[in-house]
Amino acid sequence: MNPKKIASLVALGTLILAACAAPPAAAPAQPAQPAEQPPAEPGKKFAGVTVNAITFSGPQIAEPMQRRGKEFSEMTGATINVVTVPFADLYQKILNDFATGTNSYDVVVFAPQWMVDYIEPGYLEDLTDRVKADSALQWDDVGLFFRDFSATYNGRIYTIPLDGDFQMVYYRTDIAKELGLQPPKTWDDYIAFAKAVSEKKLTTDDGKPVYGSCIAKKKAAQSYWMITSVASAFIQSQGTGQGAFFDLETFKPLYNNEAFARALEVYKETTQYGPPDEINLDVGDTRGLWTAGQCALTIDWGDIGTLAIEEGSKAKDKTGAVILPGSKQVLDRKTGKLVDCTPELCPHAIDGVNHAPFAAFGGWSGAINKASKPEVKEAAFAYLSYMNQPAQSNVDVTIGKTGFNPYRVSQFKNLDNWLKAGMSEQAAKDYLGAIEASLNSPNMVLDLRIPQNQYYQGIVLDGAIAKFLAGEQDLAATMKEIEDGWEQKTEELDRDKQLAAYRATLGVQK
Amino acid sequence: MATITSPAGVSAARARVSPSERLAPAAFILPAVLVVLLISIFPLILSLFLSLSRLRFQAGGLEVQFVGLDNYRKLLLGNEQKVLFGTLAEPSLFGWVILAVVGAALASGLYRAARHQPAIAIVGRVFASALLLGLTYLIVATLFAPEGRPGTLVVTMLYVTVGITLQYLIGLGLALLCAQPLPGRRFFRVVFLLPMMITPVGVGYLFRMLADTNKGPLEPLWIALGMQDFAWSNNAWGARVAVMIGDIWQWTPFMFIVLLAAIEAQEVEPVEAAIVDGAGSLDIFRHITLPAILPVSTTLILIRMIEAFKIIDLPNILTNGGPGTATETLTLYAYRIWRALDIGGSAAIAYILLFLVTFIATLYVRTLRSRLGTT
Repeated sequence: MNPKKIASLVALGTLILAACAAPPAAAPAQPAQPAEQPPAEPGKKFAGVTVNAITFSGPQIAEPMQRRGKEFSEMTGATINVVTVPFADLYQKILNDFATGTNSYDVVVFAPQWMVDYIEPGYLEDLTDRVKADSALQWDDVGLFFRDFSATYNGRIYTIPLDGDFQMVYYRTDIAKELGLQPPKTWDDYIAFAKAVSEKKLTTDDGKPVYGSCIAKKKAAQSYWMITSVASAFIQSQGTGQGAFFDLETFKPLYNNEAFARALEVYKETTQYGPPDEINLDVGDTRGLWTAGQCALTIDWGDIGTLAIEEGSKAKDKTGAVILPGSKQVLDRKTGKLVDCTPELCPHAIDGVNHAPFAAFGGWSGAINKASKPEVKEAAFAYLSYMNQPAQSNVDVTIGKTGFNPYRVSQFKNLDNWLKAGMSEQAAKDYLGAIEASLNSPNMVLDLRIPQNQYYQGIVLDGAIAKFLAGEQDLAATMKEIEDGWEQKTEELDRDKQLAAYRATLGVQK
Repeated sequence: MATITSPAGVSAARARVSPSERLAPAAFILPAVLVVLLISIFPLILSLFLSLSRLRFQAGGLEVQFVGLDNYRKLLLGNEQKVLFGTLAEPSLFGWVILAVVGAALASGLYRAARHQPAIAIVGRVFASALLLGLTYLIVATLFAPEGRPGTLVVTMLYVTVGITLQYLIGLGLALLCAQPLPGRRFFRVVFLLPMMITPVGVGYLFRMLADTNKGPLEPLWIALGMQDFAWSNNAWGARVAVMIGDIWQWTPFMFIVLLAAIEAQEVEPVEAAIVDGAGSLDIFRHITLPAILPVSTTLILIRMIEAFKIIDLPNILTNGGPGTATETLTLYAYRIWRALDIGGSAAIAYILLFLVTFIATLYVRTLRSRLGTT
C-alpha cells in the first residue's frame, strides 16, 4: 500500500473516530429555563443569597416552585433560580452534577425513590435537626407515610415532601350512571366497564369518541408504574411488609408467575378499549383526553382530580375516584400459582377482594446539596419549608397545574380549600376518600427504592412491557425477560446488599 | 530561477542548521498535537476503558470495577442480545435470494483476490467478507423473514440506507431545478434550506404534532381519509416511516445546498459543446454533470452516513423508540441505559457503533475507489 493510501485511510479513520467520539447528539432536553426573579433587596434575611434549584420541566412542579420562589424572594431577599429538565433526564442530571463536583444546584426536587442513589454517596444534606427546629413546618401534620417513605432514609430526614402520590382509578360518574355501571372493585370489573363504554360508541358534545379506558402506556414514560398498579393486587396480599417486587428471602423477582401473567393480560386487554395510539401516550396525553371528556376510565395519580375542575375541563363534576381495583385471586408464593383468596392468604381483603394500592413514585420531594455554602443551605431550607408549610401547600394541592397532590393530614380533613377551588362536595369527598383509602391500606405497595431502581424499572421492566404491548413478544417471553434482566442487575450489584436495601424499605412505617 | 540541490548539498545545509532551528517546527506543532490528542484521542481511550468497566457512585467518589468484556458479552450474547440484533427467523424466498446474491458476489471477489493479492490482504478480505455476509444475514433474517423483527442495529442501518438514498435523490432533484434559470429560484433556495436550520428536537416535536391523527393540525385530513382510528405509532413500520420522513425532511437541504454548489461549479464548456452536438438533457446529466459532481457526492454521502448512524433526536421525541423496539437506534439505546447509570454498557454500545461505522465507511470508500479506478 503506498503512503498516499495509508495517509488517506488514516485521515478517514480519524474522521470517523472523531465523529463517533463526539458527545451523544444533543440530549433531547429542553433548554434550562431559569425563572425570572427580582433583584435581591438589602436588609432582608437572605439578601444577596442565590439558590439554584432543579426539577423537571412540567409545567407541573416547576410552576409552584417558580411562583413560590418569587414570593420567597420578595420576603427574604434571596434569589431563587429554578432550572428545569425533562423528567427522563432528571435522575442522571442531578447525579452527574453531584458526582462531578460541579454542584450547580443547591435544591433538587425529585422522586424520593431515587434518594438511595443520592444519599449513599453522601450528596444530600441531613435535614433532621433543621426539620425538628422548624415549627412552621408542622411536621406532624405531614402524613406519616410521606414523612417516612418520601423524607426519611435510615432514620434520618433528607427531603421535605411537597407532594403526595398514589395511583388511583378515575371513572366518569355520568357515564356510569347512564350505563348502569358501578365503579370497578376488581380488575375484571374495570375491563367490563371499559368494554361496555367502548361497545356503546359514545361521543363527546363535539363529536369526538369516548374511549372505555385511557392509560399512559408510552415506552420510556410512565408505563412501568401503570403495570405495577395492575399487578400489585395479584402479587401482594399479606401487608406492606410482604413487598410486591422481590422475594424477601432470596431476592428473586416476583414477576414471572401466574399472577403477573394475569396482570399482563388485563393490561393488554385494556388497550382494546383505549385510544388507537394509546401505546404512544404519556400521562400528559391521557390527562388531556380526560379533561376533554374522551375517557370513561383512567389510572393516574391525584392530578386528575384537580385538573378536572380547571377552566375548560369537560369532566368537571363528572369525575369519580376509587382505590385501585383489586383481585379475588392472588399469588401463592409457595407454588407460584394464582389461587383464590382465603382469609389466610388475603387477611386484608374487603368482601373477598384483595386491594393493594400502589404508592407509585412517592411524591415530589425537595433536598439540599451537602456541598452548598452554609448560608445557601439556610436559604434553601427556608425556601423548601415555605413551600411545604400549610398556608402554601394547602392551596397548591388544589390547583391542577401545580402537580402537587395532598400529603398533609389537614388537607384530607378540611374540605374548604377544595370547595373554594371549585370541586363539588361530593367530588371532593370521592377524591380525598380514594387517596385516604389508599394511604390507610395495610396492604399498600411501596415503590421500589433500592440502588439503581431506575435500571430495574425504567429499562428492564419498561422495555419488556413495551415489547409485549407492541406484540413483539408473548407473555412468557416478557416475564422471562424481566426476570433475567433483574437477576443480572442484582448479580452485578450484589444480591445481599440489594436484599438488605429492599428489606429496609419495607420496614417503613405508614 | 529553479535550482537543483544535490543530496550532498542538502546534508550540508542540514548540518548548518542549529539544533534549536531543527526543533522549532516540532515545538510549534506540539501544542496543537497535544490539544488534538486531549480532545479526541483521550476521550476515546477513556470510553474504551469505560466499556470494559462497571461504575458505581459511592461515598467519596466513583467505584470503577474492571469487568473485561462483560458489557460486550451482555450485548452480543446475553440478555440484551435481542435488543441489539432483534429476533432472527427463517428468511423468506426473497431473503434467501438476497443472501445468495451477496454470498456469490463476495465469493467471486475473494476468488479474484486470491489470484492477484498477497496472503495478508486475503486474510483481511476474508474477515471483511464474513462480516458483510453476517450483516446481510442479520438484515435478511429480521427484515425479510415473516417471523423476524429487526433490533437496534438493523433499524439504525435502515434509517441510514433509506434516509441517505432518498435525501440524496431529492436533494439532487431540487438542486438540478434550482440550477435552472427559473423565476423565484433564489427564494426557493432559501426556503429549501429552512428545515436544516431547525434543531432536531424541534423537528421531532413538529412531526409529532403533524402525525397526531386525533389532535394534530392535519386531523381534518385524516378524518376525510377515514384514518381517524389509525395510529401510525402502533404500527412498527408506520412509526419507522414517520421517523424517516422527519429525517429526510431535515437533512435533504444539506444534500441540496452542497449539490447545487457542485452543479453550478461544473465547467460550462463541455455542456455547451454537448448541446451543440445535439445531446439531450438526460445525456448531458448522465455523461457530464453526474461525473462532475461525483467526487462531491461521495464525500457528501460519507459525511451524512457517519452522522446518520448517530440518529437519536427524532425517534426519541416521536416514539421514545417504540412501539416496542421498532424505532430504537443504537444511540438511543445507549442513551437510555446511560440515563439509568449503566455507563459501561452505554460505552460498549458506542464502541460497537464505532466499529460498524468504520467498517461500512471503509467498505464504501474502497468500493468506490475500485469502481472509479482511483488510487
